[in-house]
Amino acid sequence: MGAAAIFFTLAFIKIFHPRQIRKILNHVYYIGANSTLIILLVGLFTGMVLGLQSYHALVKVGAQGALGTLVTLSLVRELGPVLTSIMITARAGSAITAEIGIQRISEQIDALSTMRIDPIRYLISPRIAASLISFPLLTALFDLIGIVGGYISGVLILGANAGTYLYRVQASTDMKDLTDGFIKALVFAAIVSGVCCYKGYFAHMRTDSHGAKAVGMATTSAVVTSCVLILVADYVVTSLLLI
Amino acid sequence: MGEPLIEFRKVTKRFGENIVLNGVDLKIYEGEVTTIIGLSGAGKSVLLKHIIGLMTPDEGEILFRGQSLAFMGEEERARNFAQISYMFQNNALFDSLTVYENVALPLTETTQLSRQEVHRKVIKRLEQMELMEAAEKYPSELSGGMQKRAALARALVTDPHIVLFDEPTSGQDPVRKNSILTMIAQYQKKFGFTAILVSHEIPDVYFISNRILALYHGKIVFQGTPEELEHFDHPFQDEVLKSLEELKQELTGLYSKRLFKAHYQSILKRKLGEEYFTAIVFTVEPPEGEIAYQVGTAIANCFSSRGGFTIRNEFSEFITFLPFTSLAEGEEMLRNFIDERLQELKLPAGVVLNAGLSGGHPGKEVKAIINEAKSELKAIFRF
Repeated sequence: MGAAAIFFTLAFIKIFHPRQIRKILNHVYYIGANSTLIILLVGLFTGMVLGLQSYHALVKVGAQGALGTLVTLSLVRELGPVLTSIMITARAGSAITAEIGIQRISEQIDALSTMRIDPIRYLISPRIAASLISFPLLTALFDLIGIVGGYISGVLILGANAGTYLYRVQASTDMKDLTDGFIKALVFAAIVSGVCCYKGYFAHMRTDSHGAKAVGMATTSAVVTSCVLILVADYVVTSLLLI
Repeated sequence: MGEPLIEFRKVTKRFGENIVLNGVDLKIYEGEVTTIIGLSGAGKSVLLKHIIGLMTPDEGEILFRGQSLAFMGEEERARNFAQISYMFQNNALFDSLTVYENVALPLTETTQLSRQEVHRKVIKRLEQMELMEAAEKYPSELSGGMQKRAALARALVTDPHIVLFDEPTSGQDPVRKNSILTMIAQYQKKFGFTAILVSHEIPDVYFISNRILALYHGKIVFQGTPEELEHFDHPFQDEVLKSLEELKQELTGLYSKRLFKAHYQSILKRKLGEEYFTAIVFTVEPPEGEIAYQVGTAIANCFSSRGGFTIRNEFSEFITFLPFTSLAEGEEMLRNFIDERLQELKLPAGVVLNAGLSGGHPGKEVKAIINEAKSELKAIFRF
């Protein structure tokens, strides 16, 4: 845990090196832009299911007018940051671990050291920076498309009032809800990028396996650890933000 | 000999229970080509990784220009390591970067050179390594030999003072092996860097090495010149050197220069009146790598099936030695070679193959025969 914290801190500091911009943009494209479609799909159907379930529950107590509030706050405060982070972990986090792990076992990282190129600066820092940029942006996209999904299922399919839905979306969301969601996205970005890079970078030091198998095990471990830590951190951060 | 550039004093390295380096003492001098030889798994690569700081010894110390690395400040150590380039055994090219980007990487990441200057340096190295056509390809799209040359280009692009070569010729065909060793020797002379090689290419590496270090059972059992190694009386001589030479002879069509001489001399020593020999010197124009490679392979294959043996003497010069063959027979075999083999080669128009023949006699020096054949060089085939 301590080693991972030092690793992350070192990588974070090295983000601000002058030669990083191009590499960071490349990784923003890979982690962020290339994840757009999957985030749109997951966000849309999450919002639709949320609208569907919430509508039927609210009708029982005669509160279907609160559909917009329920969908929006659920997405912005919880589901948006958590599901976005888990989806990016599955899509990009696993690839980060595998790529860095292969670079480690094929001595590419050693080669960087012999060329006086700091491997943490060259390989890790841009990925962490790109995650810190991409996660909040994708979370915002997820929230937006989720609200559209809730509108489709709640208003267009089930017949809730469109004006009420949109008014509730606007009226019940304040700036704190949005900033809290983005704070969570940043925390999850740090967790996912840190864990995935760390597991790949030290894949050669695993005691349970070697070579390609070690990379596979490191990838699995990175995804599982990231997902668990996202949920644990979600509870901790929510508790802190509610104080 | 002066102060050693790098010195190991009682260096020991363990991996668990396995002691890989067991009190290694060695000295490497500036401006020389030093080759570390030994069997696979003897710890040669581990030894190289200690020199560049990728590994640190469990016991003992490593001195750089007389100063212990262990007592050097971070900056001084970094400054010393900055003079060293390392060519990995498995090349360690970045598979997500093109060959051009791989070679440019140390310049773009560690220097303040302009983009034009980086481009100029990279192109120069790629041209020297005959890699221009592969510049935009990824390492996975290249043959093993081309990957090796790309790694070599990357190692040399920063003009280092010390270059460590970990098995630079592994995975290469016999013609290119000679070519790479020749290239290392030429660059070493041209740029004056200190070259430290790990190699199995015994005895070929002797021709480019000033000093040989023999690693055997975790210790350096020999440090000296290749000539001194010939007279080294130690189990290493039988277990390692002879077995590697014999294996090479069995596996390849081309002879090493040392075996070539040895073979020639063993025949001469018989001094039977009726014995005679023919040497053929081939040169290829223009002297381009791929063309020379194809012609060299064709020569080696053709004449080895007729009892001859061939070496690559220069970049585009090959010498074939035909024992028990008169000059007339040699000329006949050369005509057959032109008719049977050269016609099949698909080489660009304008390529010219020159050949010169010389008859050998008992007691005559190899050099004299070769020089005589060279004086007879004339164009025998134009593609």
